[in-house]
Amino acid sequence: MDVADIIIKFVLVVIIFSISLLIALYSTYAERKVAAFFQDRLGPNRAGPFGIFQPFADGGKMFLKEEIIPANASAFLFIAGPSLSIFTACIGSAVIPWGQKLTIGTHVIDLQVADINVGVLYILGVVSLGVYGVMIGGWASNNKYSLLGAIRAASQNISYEISMGLSIIALLMVTGTLSLREIAEQQHGFWANGWFTWNFFRQPLGFLLFIVCAFAETNRTPFDLPECETELIGGYHTEYSSMKLGFYLFSEYINMFISGAVMSTLYFGGYNFPFMDLIHSPNLVAIIGVAALFAKIFFFIFFFMWVRWTIPRFRYDQLMDLGWKALIPLAIANIVITGIVITFLNR
Amino acid sequence: MESLSNKRKVLVSKPLNFWERIYLPAIVQGLSITMKHFFRKPVTIQYPEQQREYSENFRGLHSLKRDEDGKERCTACGLCALSCPAEAITMIAAERQKGEEHLYREEKYAAVYEINMLRCIFCGLCEEACPKEAIYLDGPHVTSDYLRKDFIYGKDKLVEAPLNQ
Repeated sequence: MDVADIIIKFVLVVIIFSISLLIALYSTYAERKVAAFFQDRLGPNRAGPFGIFQPFADGGKMFLKEEIIPANASAFLFIAGPSLSIFTACIGSAVIPWGQKLTIGTHVIDLQVADINVGVLYILGVVSLGVYGVMIGGWASNNKYSLLGAIRAASQNISYEISMGLSIIALLMVTGTLSLREIAEQQHGFWANGWFTWNFFRQPLGFLLFIVCAFAETNRTPFDLPECETELIGGYHTEYSSMKLGFYLFSEYINMFISGAVMSTLYFGGYNFPFMDLIHSPNLVAIIGVAALFAKIFFFIFFFMWVRWTIPRFRYDQLMDLGWKALIPLAIANIVITGIVITFLNR
Repeated sequence: MESLSNKRKVLVSKPLNFWERIYLPAIVQGLSITMKHFFRKPVTIQYPEQQREYSENFRGLHSLKRDEDGKERCTACGLCALSCPAEAITMIAAERQKGEEHLYREEKYAAVYEINMLRCIFCGLCEEACPKEAIYLDGPHVTSDYLRKDFIYGKDKLVEAPLNQ
């Protein structure tokens, strides 16, 4: 690995980092706009044409708000909570393959920060770390609503991580690898050998379980119990103000972006798109692939918002029922069925 | 016991069938309903620029009218103040001097005419009571303000603009 490679990696990290922040920034705008359209309204349209400068106005407001640390709060943990939350949200993007390798001159640019062979495990690890930010923040606030929100978040995330892991195991039995790059490469094109190449068509039940768990892990409606305004004021971020609140909200949107990217990579072919073999320039294929991946991610972000304005929040016992009595048995059944089908097909 | 209206509805609570219990068909149905709304025309009226039309008998801000020569019609008889159930109107009468004939129609006029817009209930009784057709509630909304004293509207805000302007 020479200096040029290190510089390329560094540039890639900066680009991906700023893209995630930009998308998080504009997700807040998209959320308000999409919410408005679903409710027959117009949404923010005053700041700039169609309100496109609204996120900057919101961000400026966040920065200028008074920063309050409650008197009885543990100051160190109170600051550590949102920092950890946004940190874990940002590092998830490191293993996602954003596109095929670009060739410029003699350099081959790998559009993936780290092609580690346990990429799926890394994602699961980062996801389970995410709950610490919420827990620490809720606990450090020294407020019963925050604590209740944090407890809810912790139990919810831990419950749904199990079925998420189990649904991925069935996928791994099909793909036979933990590397996200290899999983994406296996889904090349759209149609091969008489069946779809995308994993969604091999693991529809697994995808359904995964997307439900993704909703729970990102604390989105219908599983937004950790921060439900109607019951817990603001949940774990009740006591937060200024940019520390902004970090929590931001990390939620980055998590949506990352989970959209993970779902696209694992189940919807990642950067692959139909008829990609008809294009002969590898660089063009790579660039269109990146666009295809982002189109899929944007669809998933839209889907997250779409569901938010469709399904009401689950009651807490219903949430636990769904997680433990429905999703986990289904995920185990999915593993068994997948195993039987693989054995049958290989014989 | 029979109910008085004789209406009755037999309620049956069937256990949910398999498709109802897994929620998914209902969720898909819900998603399609919200998607229909996504492409529906927004109903928003973008206030300052667009304004909803008032109905013809809308009672808004009062205006003190002038006659066809541009003279103030009000003679400070006090019937509006008397009829006002909220006691929002006060006035001080004055006698018309020589040379003011082009300003006031009768010999007596209101030197001070104040309506407290925080008290006014926009019932329109002043309008009905006025024998001179001098006050009408034909204006727009009363705008918001910061201080209570700014809601006491005097003649500067109430009297119609002169004709020649």
